[in-house]
Amino acid sequence: MNSVRRFLGLVWILLGPAALYYLVSTAVREISHKPFTETKVQWIVFIGVSLPIAAGLVLFGYYALRGEYDRDRA
Amino acid sequence: MTSTKEIRKVILASSLGTLIEWYDFYIFGSLATVIASQFFPKTDPTAALLSTLGTFAAGFVVRPFGALVFGRIGDLIGRKYTFLLTLILMGTSTFAIGLIPGYDSIGFAAPIIILLLRLVQGLALGGEYGGAATYVAEHAPPGRRGYFTSWIQTTATLGLFVSLAVILLTRHLLDPDPEVSIQKFNAWGWRIPFLVSIILVIVSVYIRLRMKESPLFARLKSEGKTSRNPIRESFAQRANLKLVLLALFGATMGQGVVWYTGQFYAQTFIENACKIDFDQSRTILIWAILFATPFFIVFGGWSDRAGRKRIMLIGMLLAIATYRLLFGTLLQISDTGHRKELVQQKEVTTTLNPVAGQSYALRARTSISRFDDGLLLRETTRDTLFLPDGRASLKADTRSSKVLPASGYWKMVGIVFIMILYVTMVYGPIAAFLVELFPTRIRYTSMSLPYHIGNGVFGGLTPFIATLLTTIYVGDKLVGLYYPILIAGLSLIVGLLYIRPTVERDPLNESLAVD
Repeated sequence: MNSVRRFLGLVWILLGPAALYYLVSTAVREISHKPFTETKVQWIVFIGVSLPIAAGLVLFGYYALRGEYDRDRA
Repeated sequence: MTSTKEIRKVILASSLGTLIEWYDFYIFGSLATVIASQFFPKTDPTAALLSTLGTFAAGFVVRPFGALVFGRIGDLIGRKYTFLLTLILMGTSTFAIGLIPGYDSIGFAAPIIILLLRLVQGLALGGEYGGAATYVAEHAPPGRRGYFTSWIQTTATLGLFVSLAVILLTRHLLDPDPEVSIQKFNAWGWRIPFLVSIILVIVSVYIRLRMKESPLFARLKSEGKTSRNPIRESFAQRANLKLVLLALFGATMGQGVVWYTGQFYAQTFIENACKIDFDQSRTILIWAILFATPFFIVFGGWSDRAGRKRIMLIGMLLAIATYRLLFGTLLQISDTGHRKELVQQKEVTTTLNPVAGQSYALRARTSISRFDDGLLLRETTRDTLFLPDGRASLKADTRSSKVLPASGYWKMVGIVFIMILYVTMVYGPIAAFLVELFPTRIRYTSMSLPYHIGNGVFGGLTPFIATLLTTIYVGDKLVGLYYPILIAGLSLIVGLLYIRPTVERDPLNESLAVD
């Protein structure tokens, strides 16, 4: 199972920027569809909050890829 | 070791305060429409902007920030005084919201003050939960932490229950005539739920003041072993950061979306997609909460024997597997397509109100349809009529609401009960899971952040993203469920593969944070 854990680490690393890309592209589409200040503010808040979470997911993936969550480790 | 009598006092003091904090936080959300009309008029773009900020910033930004601020204080000074402080902050800001004059009286100052008070509420909530869960867990005997902390876990749901009940009661008790009562509630009665909060807060502060500091933290403090920089220790030391990330992606993220789908999106769905009327959509949730709440204790206690991970992940799995079926059944119960309308009993009334000095009038057409099983459908269409030629202009605004017969009503209660049962599975054991993951010296800080990101951000986004998806993919009313299903699915995989079962960890292990 440790090899699965490590392989999925790569998936988590890729998933962070992919999720962020999806969020930003949706924000651009929504803001152009409804160009109101409220829409802009709410999407800026979402993206601002999501940035550190996506970075956290990449870091989580990096640790997993390095085998730091392997079951035989302390 | 803490005696049973003493731990009951600890649970009462912690749970009551936390329940009040949730109540305070929810009444603002539940009364958002009334508050917007009083403080954030749409005619003023800046006020509307402040409203948006208040809605989104308090939940998504300030809650995790409060977790950091108060978590740090709690690990430096102590649990008791920190969660006393969060309670006082929450109580006074809630009471103050009930006192602020509206936009019509003090103009632009009103939305600014309300926004600031709402941010204080978010900050206080961010600090409260971690303190209460830690305080109870650090009093509880080993092997019973799941059971004892599960009482804290009931407070979020009971806070919602009390807020819904107080709002419904106030809305209907201000005048014998229901219509007049609702008008009075919208004018000034909405302040009552905010003002009564102060009585509850005073009682809770009094009880908390009589409590002692947590024994584990007191011992650490007396030995001079408390952390000097809990934030750095929590998030800059690799061994602990790994656990914070694991707690977020493998537990609280999935738990947050299951919680918000069962308790909040379900209500939004029943009201907006199923078109069930205001009172019924709320009482359905109230009954479901009432029946499901004891299961927080059941699953919390059971997690002491079966393990936290197993119960939480089964809850997520059940939610993923059945959400579409459950929400689809809600739609089916409210669908009028397969029912027979009693056409001869249909009532239609039309009112025409000419606008003084203008050549048009506002027309309102209300129809009440009855169906063979007792379902009642009320549709109101409003449009503008040009008087000279009788031509209607502008797009008509049509709103409909349904009142379910008893059988459909109780079926919906049963379905929402099942969804909240999932909430009890994922949420009941999580306090014990989080406190056991981190060492005493940085526990408050370390557990609060993943909890509030999981719940405040991932969970809090559920109604918004689910609704957004239904506006993008209009053909499928259940498309909004893909967000919680996807997030819970990710969390399930991470939790299953990376979280070690409780039995393999030493509960309240002090060595885990050492890199």
